[in-house]
Amino acid sequence: MNARASATASFVMRHRTGLTVVAFSLALAPAPLLLANPWKLGILNLVALHAVVVLGLNLFIGYAGQISLGHAAFFGLGAYGSAILTTTYGIPPVAALVITAAGVALTALAIGVPTLRLSGHYLAMATLGFNIVVHNILVQWDQVTGGPSGLTGVPPFGMIGCAFQGETQQFYLLWGAAMIGLTLSLNLVRSGVGRGLAALAQDEVSAAAMGVNVQHGKIAVFAVSAVFASIAGSLFAHYMGTITPDTFGIFASIDFVIMVVIGGLGSLWGSLAGAAFVTMLPYLLGPLEDSKDIIHGLIVVTILLVFPRGLLADLFAMAKARLTHRRAALGRPA
Amino acid sequence: MGTATSNGITLRTSGLTKHFGGLPALHDVGLSAETGKVTAVIGPNGAGKTTFINCLTGVLRPDRGSMVFDGRELSGLPPHRIARLGIARTFQNLRLFPELSVLDNVLCGLSGMAGDSLLEAFFRTPSLRHRERLLKLTALEALDNFDLSAKADWPAGVLAYGDKKRLELARAFVSKPKLVLLDEPVAGLNPDETERVGALIRQMQRSGATLILVEHDMDLVMSVSDHVIVLDGGRRIADGSPEDVRRNPLVLEAYLGKISLTA
Repeated sequence: MNARASATASFVMRHRTGLTVVAFSLALAPAPLLLANPWKLGILNLVALHAVVVLGLNLFIGYAGQISLGHAAFFGLGAYGSAILTTTYGIPPVAALVITAAGVALTALAIGVPTLRLSGHYLAMATLGFNIVVHNILVQWDQVTGGPSGLTGVPPFGMIGCAFQGETQQFYLLWGAAMIGLTLSLNLVRSGVGRGLAALAQDEVSAAAMGVNVQHGKIAVFAVSAVFASIAGSLFAHYMGTITPDTFGIFASIDFVIMVVIGGLGSLWGSLAGAAFVTMLPYLLGPLEDSKDIIHGLIVVTILLVFPRGLLADLFAMAKARLTHRRAALGRPA
Repeated sequence: MGTATSNGITLRTSGLTKHFGGLPALHDVGLSAETGKVTAVIGPNGAGKTTFINCLTGVLRPDRGSMVFDGRELSGLPPHRIARLGIARTFQNLRLFPELSVLDNVLCGLSGMAGDSLLEAFFRTPSLRHRERLLKLTALEALDNFDLSAKADWPAGVLAYGDKKRLELARAFVSKPKLVLLDEPVAGLNPDETERVGALIRQMQRSGATLILVEHDMDLVMSVSDHVIVLDGGRRIADGSPEDVRRNPLVLEAYLGKISLTA
């Protein structure tokens, strides 16, 4: 009895990260039953899509300490890749998603090899420039991309003859993808590769002296984050059915970075919170239509000032400090 | 083949030269670090000691000369490759990862053994779990050796200066490297802490490490080194046992200036 209890305890300890993800998923699962309004469910679905992008971007910005103001371009390439391959060429969605992600990975490598020698403002400008180029191509190359009006009639995502239709089915597809992305990211940062990224973010010379291949690590995590964005883009295209270039401009890139920062640099669970907060904010501010942008900006700036380490990390720290104080006041050991 | 340690030399440099825009930082420096011994490199400020270490670790590319480690030429290799061959180092001005925990800092010293596969990391395979557990045990053992166990979870940035110095040593020695380059390991430490680091250096030497020690603290140099090389203005001006070097007039001149001129 005791042995079994301790075996259970050790299993829980060893798999606490995985179990936390499972518990979170189970808590989220009944959402479609509770939210009868498909419009509200749709917002949650957008949160899941953004979360996938933000998780990847957080690996690049939060862990590896780099900056990208161009991830909406990878999101857009994913969306257009899947849309074009499925509508024009009739390729099944799963295959289209994989082919597109592979293409985006190669694109990221081609861009990463020269630009990741830069750092700080230079890297920010290079990625921003890339986004502008991609956006221009999406707008100008009418025959392939449909120009400013974009592409329509993208079929819903599906495999082996079943398609994910309606907000509820999409909810499970998109949140499933987000939970897979979360699990993979949590695994990565708890490995030697993840430690290498955290090390090079703090001191490249020192990291290299420990045997970390700095250049290789930066390029690899850039490509990984681009693939996350591409997959989210593919799912986005199938989810919306219609895509236009506006969604993939530099302001979308900046929104992604804001989601990372509000969630907390290097905090992967925080990425979910950041994606949820920034995605939902405009809808919550719906009635204040006229001054929406100003209020939106004010709230974001206030959060950055009050919670500089990100929503989740700082709220946890505050709760912990509170608890310790209360315990101390009661005279119990912390 | 492959074991140049057979003749007892772990690292041999010859004709090592590095100029910065015409100024010689290193000129024709030859050094042999005997296996299992402590070779000290001393000299006044600007003598080229740190340049020497930076060349050995691939941070700087020497203009000329060779550096043979364990039968392999090092020049042209990038820093991480050199580290993975079994050369670890500490830095003159601490270069810890301040936001990582003390334990993670030491684990970074084991990067060469942690695996590079992204796929393995993403799926956290059983073999990776197993390896991570072993690495953690190794790191905890090193923390214990360097008296840092109690602070394993602290962010490295908040440690006291003396603890930081010892953490750099723990991070360098954790992988049991064949050669460790120590760049001023006791700079800024008080006599007690210096004695403590000296004891650790001797302990590491006894456990089989080959060390190159760059240091200004002559008491430490005299007490731990087997062989001393003196650099001045990028050139080797003397080498020999600690006693030889202490009595060498050229060395006194390099440190104190020409007596006739200053008198």
